[in-house]
Amino acid sequence: MSTVADYVSRIEGTCGAESDIIVTFKYEKKDEVIANIMKKAQLKNALAGIIFELTFEGQSFRLYTSGKAIFRGFKTKMALMDFLAKLLVV
Amino acid sequence: MNIQAIRQDFPILNRQINGKPLIYFDNAATSQKPYSVIDAITNYYQYHNGNIHRAIHTLSSEATELFEKSREKISKFINAKSPNEIIFTRGTTEAINLVAYSLGCDTLGSDDEVLISLMEHHSNIVPWEIIAKCRGFTVKYGHVNKDGTLDYQDFMSKITKKTKICCLSHVSNVTGVINDVKCIAKVAHDNGALMLIDGAQSVPHMKVDVQDLNVDFLAFSGHKMLGPTGVGVLYGKKEALQKMTPFQGGGEMIKDVSFSADHCVVSWNELPWKFEAGTPDIAGVIGLGAAIDYLVALGMDNVFNHEKDLTQYATECLKKCRDITLYGPTDLSQKCGILPFCLRGFSSHETAALFNEYGIALRSGYHCAQPLHQILNLPSSARASFYIYNTKAEIDRFIEIIEELNS
Repeated sequence: MSTVADYVSRIEGTCGAESDIIVTFKYEKKDEVIANIMKKAQLKNALAGIIFELTFEGQSFRLYTSGKAIFRGFKTKMALMDFLAKLLVV
Repeated sequence: MNIQAIRQDFPILNRQINGKPLIYFDNAATSQKPYSVIDAITNYYQYHNGNIHRAIHTLSSEATELFEKSREKISKFINAKSPNEIIFTRGTTEAINLVAYSLGCDTLGSDDEVLISLMEHHSNIVPWEIIAKCRGFTVKYGHVNKDGTLDYQDFMSKITKKTKICCLSHVSNVTGVINDVKCIAKVAHDNGALMLIDGAQSVPHMKVDVQDLNVDFLAFSGHKMLGPTGVGVLYGKKEALQKMTPFQGGGEMIKDVSFSADHCVVSWNELPWKFEAGTPDIAGVIGLGAAIDYLVALGMDNVFNHEKDLTQYATECLKKCRDITLYGPTDLSQKCGILPFCLRGFSSHETAALFNEYGIALRSGYHCAQPLHQILNLPSSARASFYIYNTKAEIDRFIEIIEELNS
């Protein structure tokens, strides 16, 4: 069974009061990741066909077609990892 | 300046990002490198690599000559009195740390004050706070107005006989505000204080004359002015540097280490080597020399005017975009080519990620200046910053994308 580590290349917290977390997907897996996310999450809005505003289990986030997603509101890394496991792993 | 010809000198500008031509608007973070700088580094490693100073062989002599030639170029570039006032560091941060540790540990005590502004990069705040904890001196902060300009009255009023050094950015890395450091230096000196300026965002973009400004220290980085990463400069007035003890110990910075009566007696080398412990980034320094040659050939007034022109153009265009809020002063005569902004509905990081999809490189976050963001009441900001190879056509594309998003 695949894991989050199979899909994610890097998770970076950012500076700024918004506390955004940037998840960069592995380049060779990004198309698969995006397809999986689009299947599981609910599409709220698409901007110019390259940025998708989505929700999954009450959590809103933005997905970028170059292979990044930006999340907000996770108190711990563990909570984010649990969320990513549900979102990414097939 | 012939911008199209300049662009031909920068190989990275031919890159595509996410299938789109690269538009590089992150110059306040680091600049791109022309062939001449890349070639100077390659040439050094291919033909002249040797450790500098205190060696007889040809490679060492050649490396030393190239290295010291760069020091002379930098000295002329900022109009220092002598190349001996130019100390190589890893960057602006290390240059400021050098002054903070060397001056702070040696001469500052509980009755003394260091004055900084609240618009500083963290690298001009944190070193002083660290040393203040050890030595017991007070760090005071000069206020910043709501538009990001320095509150001169407040800053000047805090310079007293207790003030030992005033530390100020020449240009803010968030708003591009240009500070009148010459005026502050005069007040500092009248009160017997030294003046340090952080030139990370000024030296690459405008003519900086340390004798005219009459500052005691100027710190700047090579990588923001077409040079490589890992090399920076501390300019210090000879009389100030002579009074300071070294920041780091090691080879190169000593004159003599002799063993006597069960301990070693150490004496320092002459300036500037007294502050250059260990083998420096020789290739980096030589690369920085090539970057200086490139900028000198363009003319720093031309560089400044080009960026000013771009800033004015971008500001006018962005003001018309209903989803964009610009920050910083409205009087463009007070600022350089740095534009902080917010795109409605997007955090700064989401904004930078969005533009990256279109091949545009922007910076987001606090830009290592969190206190200034607190004053401007911003959670963070997106920042576009320009340099010699940027064009109005690139700004047009930037605006076009914002308008596309609107529609």
